[in-house]
Amino acid sequence: MTRLQLNGIRKSFGATQALVGVDLEVRKGEVHALIGENGAGKSTLLNILSGAFSPDAGTMRLEDREYRPSSPDGARRRGIAHIHQELSLCPHLSVAENILLGTEPAHLGWVDQAAIERRALEVLRDFEQPAIAPGRRLADLSLAAQQVVEISRALAQNPKLILMDEPTSSLQRSDVDRLFASIRRLRAAGISVIYISHFLEEVREICDRFTVLRDGASVWTGTLKDVPDADIITAMVGRPVENMYPHRMPSRTKELALEVRHLSSPPAVREASFQLYRGEVLGIAGLIGSGRTEMVRSLLGLLPAETGEIVVGKDPLTARKSRSKLQWLMARGVGYLSEDRKGEGLALTLSVADNVTMTNFSSCSSWSWIDLDLQAKQTKTWIQKLGVKTKGPEARVLTLSGGNQQKIAMVRMLHQGASIILMDEPTRGVDVGSKAQIYEAIAEMAASGKSVLVVSSYLPELFGICDRLAVMVRGVLSGARPVGEWTPESVLEAAIGSSADPRGRQA
Amino acid sequence: MNTTASTSSVVATGSSRSAARQWLRALGPFLGLAVVIVFFATISGNPGRYLSANNLRIVLTQTVIVALSAIGMTVIIISGGIDLSVGSVVALSGVTAAIALQAGWPPFAALISGVVVGALVGFVNGLAITRLKVVPFIATLGMLGVARGVAKWVADQQTVNIPRTWLNELATSFPARSWMIFAPGVWIALALAILMALILRRTVFGRRVFALGSNEGAARACGIRTDRLKLWIYSVGGLFFGLAGIVQMSRLRQGDPTVAVGVELDVIASVVIGGGSLNGGEGSILGSMIGALVMAFLRNGCQLMGWPNYIQEIIIGVIIVVAVAVDRLRAVRMGQG
Repeated sequence: MTRLQLNGIRKSFGATQALVGVDLEVRKGEVHALIGENGAGKSTLLNILSGAFSPDAGTMRLEDREYRPSSPDGARRRGIAHIHQELSLCPHLSVAENILLGTEPAHLGWVDQAAIERRALEVLRDFEQPAIAPGRRLADLSLAAQQVVEISRALAQNPKLILMDEPTSSLQRSDVDRLFASIRRLRAAGISVIYISHFLEEVREICDRFTVLRDGASVWTGTLKDVPDADIITAMVGRPVENMYPHRMPSRTKELALEVRHLSSPPAVREASFQLYRGEVLGIAGLIGSGRTEMVRSLLGLLPAETGEIVVGKDPLTARKSRSKLQWLMARGVGYLSEDRKGEGLALTLSVADNVTMTNFSSCSSWSWIDLDLQAKQTKTWIQKLGVKTKGPEARVLTLSGGNQQKIAMVRMLHQGASIILMDEPTRGVDVGSKAQIYEAIAEMAASGKSVLVVSSYLPELFGICDRLAVMVRGVLSGARPVGEWTPESVLEAAIGSSADPRGRQA
Repeated sequence: MNTTASTSSVVATGSSRSAARQWLRALGPFLGLAVVIVFFATISGNPGRYLSANNLRIVLTQTVIVALSAIGMTVIIISGGIDLSVGSVVALSGVTAAIALQAGWPPFAALISGVVVGALVGFVNGLAITRLKVVPFIATLGMLGVARGVAKWVADQQTVNIPRTWLNELATSFPARSWMIFAPGVWIALALAILMALILRRTVFGRRVFALGSNEGAARACGIRTDRLKLWIYSVGGLFFGLAGIVQMSRLRQGDPTVAVGVELDVIASVVIGGGSLNGGEGSILGSMIGALVMAFLRNGCQLMGWPNYIQEIIIGVIIVVAVAVDRLRAVRMGQG
């Protein structure tokens, strides 16, 4: 019944040991969770299985035959499909072409268009999304729809083993349900799945057995039913995590730090007004696509705003003039953490020190001449404060794991001296251990009198760290209420716009 | 609530706008062509002459070299690459064919020799890009020097005269057989353009060229051998540059190793005007052909006005930057919309 058997897999990149001994057994027709912090080696392991890397040592057997793929193509031919964490699709091609890319049905080199569309429809049918027509250009689809295409592409190869690396990170709950339904269908058909996710709830919902990776080694394999979350988390981080969320004193001040009145940026943002006080953490909940990100971006001038008034402290600014808005806000202590860490957050090829000091070079330079020693010293202080795992200030950011990269982005804002901090999905793609440290850092910021706005899709964290909570529904921001007046159910109800609760509508 | 319906509406957002954008993109080159023609017809004060059948034939004949090269360049640019060695390859292939003719080869064999040399140069470009991991910009910039040098070397630094054969008639504006109406080169370019448009649209090779330019990582993850594909792409490109070199030789009636300097600028401009994106993933043969016509009408108009050569060079330089700027603008809008 064993489909895949790995023994003693090792892999290093230069001096970095990514995998130091992984054993893994995946059975026929099971969904096997691969659990571990960022940097534990999960992605490296998947890349080895999908033929992108080859292991330095260890044996792999697939269906009782030796398995040594030399390329992604080789892995595909043995029946292994890889669904990447980041979408790897061609935006200029059609849905059908994307699904059958690399295995296009053809006669003498000429593509059989009808066969492509027929085959694509076959796989898409299970997702019951009529809007994803095979002939549509991929770039015209929403992110969630693109994810469906990515998954369909894996299914189109009739694989025996599917590798899924955080497939739900850009999906809404309804799409997650559809994905899980199709995973269950696959399982019933005897197909095996290796599933990576940071959400333990999700893992419990869909997976049968699990293997925990820590620091490049497999440390524990078991059946999910038999073990509590706490044990799994302990195995992941190698120490017990008492409480994910820091104990916080609710903020007492009523000193206004930032006020936004009637901000709009059609079509995504129709009406948003809120007050952010000193020393508080304000959470913004809402579905993906409800305009949360756009609200923050238009507030900052990264998207053009149509109406709106912004007051920082006592200085007012009309939201219309967006050209120098970001500079105006930053000069008044506003810091922004984008949800798009790679695209907007960090310069991955530069050093940790350069990334940390980028927005505030003047603190370590005179006459625009950078004092490298001072820069390194400042950086060191901050990365120690947030517990960033790195070789040092001169290490390039791309060598860091996702969680540590996110911490670097936060360190930058602290170094900038921001006192009003806007964060969009601060823990997306971040492992449990780093999450706890990020929450701790947010709590410390608030305790020191800074104001923090957190946009998040992850309700437990909003309830865990926020003082007040507001919900974005189709471009309209509800009034913010103390977190104690919300329940996860009422937030969800408000978010899908079916709330009958009049308080949710008040400004 | 009906989740299927709500997701569908999310999925459908922006499709009509995007369709409109696609249309604009496709119509853009025609608009540019119209602007150039109207502009010169007006300021020349003699629209009859600018738009006369005779001048039209001349313009079309002048287009052939850039148009043939633009077919190859379109494939390369869609794949996310670039080739700066066009001018040198045109010279080298012309010289090669001229030497072959001088040595007594039959005209068709000489033609093939020039085309094969072009494809070989492209293949070497592909090797440098895939094996040595040199970015296309630098690899082909190096080839620009190498191919030009080899052309001068094999031609002994002088022009190579060729005997009279049918090869000399490829680029005569008024063909001896009057039923052809246009120069044979025009028809060849047209036929090859249609063929390549079909290949890009309907063959596995063509779709993979788009996939490569659209997202190289995805193409590789899907099991496409991207290195081998690139070798093909640059070889096919070189093949078309080689053919352009034959037409160039035919027009001059000699192999000239110093000819066609800077022609890559016209070729790249043609593709970009035609909707090709230097980021890869977008471009069309039809657009590139219209782009080549824009360049030809522009040069012809300048000549008609008696403007000196340097004015043309300045105008074409500016047009390239403007065309790329327009492309970037479109990309930014795409990103936000």
